[in-house]
Amino acid sequence: MSAVEVLFALLGLVAVGSALLVVTTARLVHAALWLVVTLGALAGCYLLLAAEFVAWVQVLIYVGAVVVLLLFALMLTRAPTAAEAGTVTANRPLAAGLAVLVAAALVSSLVAGFRDVRIDLDDSVVGSAETTGEALFTSWVLPFEVLSVLLLAALVGAIVLSRSTRGGGR
Amino acid sequence: MNLAHGAGVILAKDDLSEFGNDPWWLWLVKGVLIFVILVVLTLFNIWAERRVVARMQHRVGPNVHGPFGLLQSLADGIKLALKEDVVPKAADKVLFIIAPVISTIPAFIAFAVIPFGPVVTVPFTDIETPLQLTDMPVAVLYILAVASVGIYGIVLAGWSSGSTYALLGGLRSSAQMISYEVAMGLAFVAVFLYAGSMSTSEIVAAQERLWFGLILIPSFLIYIAAMVGETNRAPFDLPEAEGELVGGFHTEYSSLKFALFFLAEYVNMVTVGALATTLFLGGWMAPWPLSLWDGANQGYLPLLWFLGKTMLFIFFFIWLRGTLPRMRYDQFMKLGWKVLIPVALLWTVAVATIRAITLDEGIDRRYIIGAALVAVLVFLALSFVGEKATEEEPEEEPEFDAFAGGYPVPPMPGQQLPVLTSVTGSTGTSAGAGDTDDGGAPVSEEDRGA
Repeated sequence: MSAVEVLFALLGLVAVGSALLVVTTARLVHAALWLVVTLGALAGCYLLLAAEFVAWVQVLIYVGAVVVLLLFALMLTRAPTAAEAGTVTANRPLAAGLAVLVAAALVSSLVAGFRDVRIDLDDSVVGSAETTGEALFTSWVLPFEVLSVLLLAALVGAIVLSRSTRGGGR
Repeated sequence: MNLAHGAGVILAKDDLSEFGNDPWWLWLVKGVLIFVILVVLTLFNIWAERRVVARMQHRVGPNVHGPFGLLQSLADGIKLALKEDVVPKAADKVLFIIAPVISTIPAFIAFAVIPFGPVVTVPFTDIETPLQLTDMPVAVLYILAVASVGIYGIVLAGWSSGSTYALLGGLRSSAQMISYEVAMGLAFVAVFLYAGSMSTSEIVAAQERLWFGLILIPSFLIYIAAMVGETNRAPFDLPEAEGELVGGFHTEYSSLKFALFFLAEYVNMVTVGALATTLFLGGWMAPWPLSLWDGANQGYLPLLWFLGKTMLFIFFFIWLRGTLPRMRYDQFMKLGWKVLIPVALLWTVAVATIRAITLDEGIDRRYIIGAALVAVLVFLALSFVGEKATEEEPEEEPEFDAFAGGYPVPPMPGQQLPVLTSVTGSTGTSAGAGDTDDGGAPVSEEDRGA
């Protein structure tokens, strides 16, 4: 095993371990912070796969914006620094089983689809901003547009929700 | 960083081959030098801020310790280090200690990709190296990403203190930094389009003929507003509004932990100033009359231009603080989301269109500039028409009684009068204080008579 492979495996372990902590820790804010560790480890994996652009965008969007907003909402609604009771529900085994099933489905489809794909990290152009952009706006343009419509719908939904409560208050 | 950098050199279309060839000791020297420069600059900037603001307010400022009071910051630093380190009982201990560290480290490591100067020869050797720790094809994205990690320091400091003031301060600053980061990122897009690269050294090289700050004025202005918002400085220093929030997110911090937050704030000021210099003011390139002399951009001299331009931004920060009063929070958010971001989006689309047309077809620029002028005029005319309509609206709203509850409070836009309950009345004597038929008052008078 080369140094890159060892590092990749370690980062993967960190990602999976902290992801488990996200769903098991008793403090909600700590859960959000473990999520940061997971996403950061994933960004590290992208870096090792020479996908520099994706790695920094991952840090910028997920670590820097999404989880901060999550924390923001958590702090506005549940601020105590002490551990909370009632974060564990009776649905826990069901949720765990479902999570394992989803993970199995995803892993098997990934393995089936990309088993024979090899990336030559020494002289490839897989991860630069240019190749990422080209791939995104040529072969993946339909999923990209569909996702943007989905995000737009979420945006409109958020606006509608916040406006209707305001109108009701008056 | 080493690994990422190694991959970057291969992937880049940009020519970054000058980077990554240094021997290990040179890496170390560069890293330590950057650290030392930033810490010394912080000490100097704190002194400079106090002296300049004092001069603006017809005071003297610190002038006792050392020549011109230059050692004042050092004395303050030693004093801070000797203070008792208090950890509140309600605090989340681990996060409380980690938070200042998370806030400080990103401020420093963002400087890894800032170019201080051109390729130079290291003294006493014949090694040639750029005056920059490293560079990568997505260097500016890296700075943005690192800066966004720095927000965690503030959010966590606010939350882990277990104090209301700190929590509210932390929430404010995180909301502020996220909002202004969007505008900041959008301001960069036009620069990327013109430079054709996201690497800092390539962007500086692309400004050899003309600074981007001169041709991309809207981007530059948006960036300046965003950088003041991003660093939580006056007039956007709402997270530490003393009158409302005591010290904001660092209310509960003392001793060296507090010093770390202070350090992070001042290093961040230098970082955004250096980034503005790099992206908009030609980086280490000499300013115009000096640039006519060929030697101005060679050797170690550009270090001087770079630091000079960065210090100009620091002076600008201090000047703002000495001049402007603090903005109200809702006005500040309105400026960010309803003015800066839409303008930045429009400008980005306009720049992209102009770039695409000039690159593809080569239409005469005069037509494009003429069309842009007409568009701007139409936009301005429309905005004035719209403004009149909105300006007339607020007059219909009922007047807000600032002393409604006995406390002077400024109204939020569209805020209604709170329904007041009489303190002395026994039951069911609630009425709007703004109502004309004084509902609550007679009851309390009766009570007094009884």
